This record gives sequence, structure tokens and C-alpha cells, in this order.
Amino acid sequence: MVELDNLRRNDMSYFSDIYNGIKTLLTGMSVTGKYFIKARKEIITQQYPDNRDTLKMFDRFRGEVVMPHDENNEHRCTGCQKCEIACPNGSIEIIWDRGIDPDTGKKKKMIDKHIYHLSMCTMCGLCIEACPTDAIVWAQNFENSVYDRSQLTKVLNKPGSHVKAGVED
Amino acid sequence: MIKTLSITKTVHEWLFSVMPEGVATVVEWVIIAALYLAFFALAGLLLVWMERRIAAFFQLRLGPNRVGPSGLFQTIADALKLVTKELTGTDRADMFLYNLAPYFVIVAALVSLSVLPFSGSFQAFDINIGVFFIMAVSSIGVIGILLGGWASNNKYSLIGAMRSGLQTVSYELSVGLSILTMVLLAGSLQISEIVEAQRTGGWFILQGHIPAAIAFMIFMIAGTAETNRAPFDMVEAESELGAGFHTEYSGMKFAYFFLAEFINMFIISAVAVTIFFGAYLSPFGITESLPWLGVVWFMLKVLVIIFLMMWFRWTFPRLRVDQLLTLEWKYLLPLNLMNIVLMAVIIWLNWTI
Repeated sequence: MVELDNLRRNDMSYFSDIYNGIKTLLTGMSVTGKYFIKARKEIITQQYPDNRDTLKMFDRFRGEVVMPHDENNEHRCTGCQKCEIACPNGSIEIIWDRGIDPDTGKKKKMIDKHIYHLSMCTMCGLCIEACPTDAIVWAQNFENSVYDRSQLTKVLNKPGSHVKAGVED
Repeated sequence: MIKTLSITKTVHEWLFSVMPEGVATVVEWVIIAALYLAFFALAGLLLVWMERRIAAFFQLRLGPNRVGPSGLFQTIADALKLVTKELTGTDRADMFLYNLAPYFVIVAALVSLSVLPFSGSFQAFDINIGVFFIMAVSSIGVIGILLGGWASNNKYSLIGAMRSGLQTVSYELSVGLSILTMVLLAGSLQISEIVEAQRTGGWFILQGHIPAAIAFMIFMIAGTAETNRAPFDMVEAESELGAGFHTEYSGMKFAYFFLAEFINMFIISAVAVTIFFGAYLSPFGITESLPWLGVVWFMLKVLVIIFLMMWFRWTFPRLRVDQLLTLEWKYLLPLNLMNIVLMAVIIWLNWTI
């Protein structure tokens, strides 16, 4: 292709090629040179164990699945089990029961335990996408190693918690 | 005239005063050899550290910063690790040539070091064909690379070595012609005379203005290719050939190749400094009265040129083989020949500054 282009153009293309070549090389060098000069200020390396106290992971980081509770110990999980179905590895198990709603007096499905096996989780995020009430979210912590694998099986809802009013409507 | 061993007159005279002449000469040789070997190792390690640090800054990383101040001792730790490694080889490799190859490379690099003018009085071997000597000796290194690639009994090594051969044969021409352009200006091949010619008339890059600048650009391009560094690192193109000619080498033998690569970069930079930037002379003679500062100026200039080569490496993408040859035979060589004529005309008409 280049040879064909050269044939079509006039005789001066040899020198204009050299000129353009040098120009583009210098352009490239100026780009990297600017990066080198400002490197001192904009280093992106995290010196992890040293900055452990100040290190803050970015919002979309997938650490582990957690269920946020508000100050009244209320979560947003209705026990619909959509996350359990969505999970490709079976890392979520929901133990649920039918209890009587104190407000309406009707029978209602409510969770007993939302069990999450971190050891089986691949951080694909399908459960969080599937959740219709945003009951489970990603946490930003990443220091998940433990000495006993049984500690990786976690119960996400806190003891004594119940679903927030109005989530199911 | 060959001024052998003009390193530091006082040591020289003291040695000759305390022992007979023959013994003193041998002792002097040994001292100088030890000095250059130490320099070889230390400069190599320092350059590896510098390369890694600078590469990191170009990529907004930190680079080695744990061992010693700013990671300065990282490369020493690496070298210690390499010393303790097992020396492996391949089946049916030509063991004699396989073991010989690294020594070709480092001996070529070491011998070229000997003619470099570190300062006015610190130059081991001021031969009257100095520039020619450097070119001749430094191209022995490619034999080591070819032997290493051939003897490894590995197709990637062989391809890498063959690429190195074609690259060196092509680019040796440009290095030679661009040096010749400057030799026209100096009127001598002897390194010390080339430097002294720049003391009165200014550095050659200023004296020769346009043709000198063109020659410098060609020399830098061809010199980068000579040392097999990116963007001309097809010899050890990681994505194509593993590690190229030294794929099968391990431990200290690998370290020899690795150190020699960096020392070759130092030599190319030192030659560039000698023939374009006045070697150990200070800019505009500002420290003319302190000749011992020459070695500092020399090292400073060499480091700047080395930085330039590292800048090339972390900016430009690798060339294809055909692009490499097109660049040399269709662009650098004709330009170089035109440049020599231009330089000759300029000297003839006395248009030098």
C-alpha cells in the first residue's frame, strides 16, 4: 500500500515522508515526555500495605456481597429468592418462612437467614443485578482471607432484623 | 602516536618508583583491568536500575523503590539472585559455543570501554584509530549473539540471532557513515584529538550545525538499532520470540548478556558524547580551570543521551523486519551519503562556526 501511494504522489514525497516521519516521532515523544515530567505528582501505584489506613477503593469495586441495614436494624430483602436463582454457583441460600405480619395480620413470606458463601462466589454480580429491591450491594473491602473456610459462609441479615416497611409495595 | 596508559600520572609515577619497570607495568595493567571490570559491573547495575525507574515514571508507576534508597540496591539483589541460580542448558545444544557466547558479548563491550575518554587523563588506550577501533570491536558482540542463538538448539533463539545479524550488518553502515561525517570535521580518528579539536572551536554539534545535527539524528537511530533496543528490539521481541537469542540462558550467563546490553548502550552514548558533545569538556568552558570535573561532565552528558534512548524505548512501537530494512537502506543510507557531501562542502567553504 505504502509503495503504491508513493508511486501516485510526486517526486517530493520522499522528503515529505521524512519530514512527516520526524514530526510524528517528535509528537509521540512530546506526549510521553509530558507524562514523564508530571509522573511525580500523578503516580497511580498504590503502595498497599503502607497506605492501608487511607486506601479507599473505587465505587464499582467488587469486594463481597453485603446487605445494608439501617439504624432500626431493618433491611430491604423481601425473600423473593431471585438472587438465589440468579447465582450461577449456588453461593446464595435463603432460608425463609411464612410469618404473620404484625401490621396487617396477614401471613407473609419473610427471610430467616440470607446465607452467602463467599468461598464459592466469583464476583459476577448477577445477584445484585437481579435484586428488585436493592437489598444486597457490593462492599469495597478486599481483605477477605481467613484461617478457617467456615468463616467464609456468612449470614447477611443481622439477627433480629426485619424487612423495612414499604419495600414490598 | 599511541599514548598507552595515561591514567592518572601520580599513580603511574609512584608505581614506577617503588618497583622495577616490568613489574610496575604488569601491576598497572591489573589495576586498570580491575577498575574497568568494576566499572562494567557497577554501571551495568546502575543502568538497569535507571531503566526500570524511568520506565516506571513514563507509565506513571513507581518502579523499584523498596531495596535501599529509591530502590538503588534492587539490581544488586537481582544480581545476587542470578548468581545463585542453576545454569541450565538444552538437549543436544553445542555446549562449547553455548558457554562461549556470553564472553564474546562482554569482552566486546569491555574492550570498547577502554578507549572512551572519561576525562583528559583517564583513558586506558588512546589509540590513533580510536573511533575505528570502537566500531570494529563493538561489532564483535554480534558474533556472541549469533553463537548464543545458534548453540541454544532452539528455533526462537536462532531466529532472534539471525535478526540481530541482519540488523547489525545494516545499521553498522549508518553508524560508520555518521561517525565519518564528524571525523571529516575533526580531521583525526584519535579520540583525544577529536576532543581537543572541540576545546577551541566549540562542540562539534555546534561547529558543524546542519550536517552535524543530521548526523546526530542518524547516529542515534542507528545506535539504538545497534544495541538491539526498542523500537529495534526484534532480536528479543517478547511477543514473538520469547526472549530471543538468550531464551535458553539462565543465571549468570543470562546476566552477562543483560549487562552487556546496557553497557553497549553506555558505549553508544559515550561515542555520541565524544564526537558530538565534546566528551569531558564543560559547556562553553565554564569549568576550564578544574580539569578533574571532566569525568563528571562526561558522565552527565552520557546519562542525558542514555535517557534519550530510554525515552525512545518507552515511546515508539517495535518495527517490522521489512520496515527496519526500508528505514536503513531507503532513508538513512542515502541521507547519510548526502550528508557527508554536505559536510565536506561546508568544511571546504569554511562555513563551520
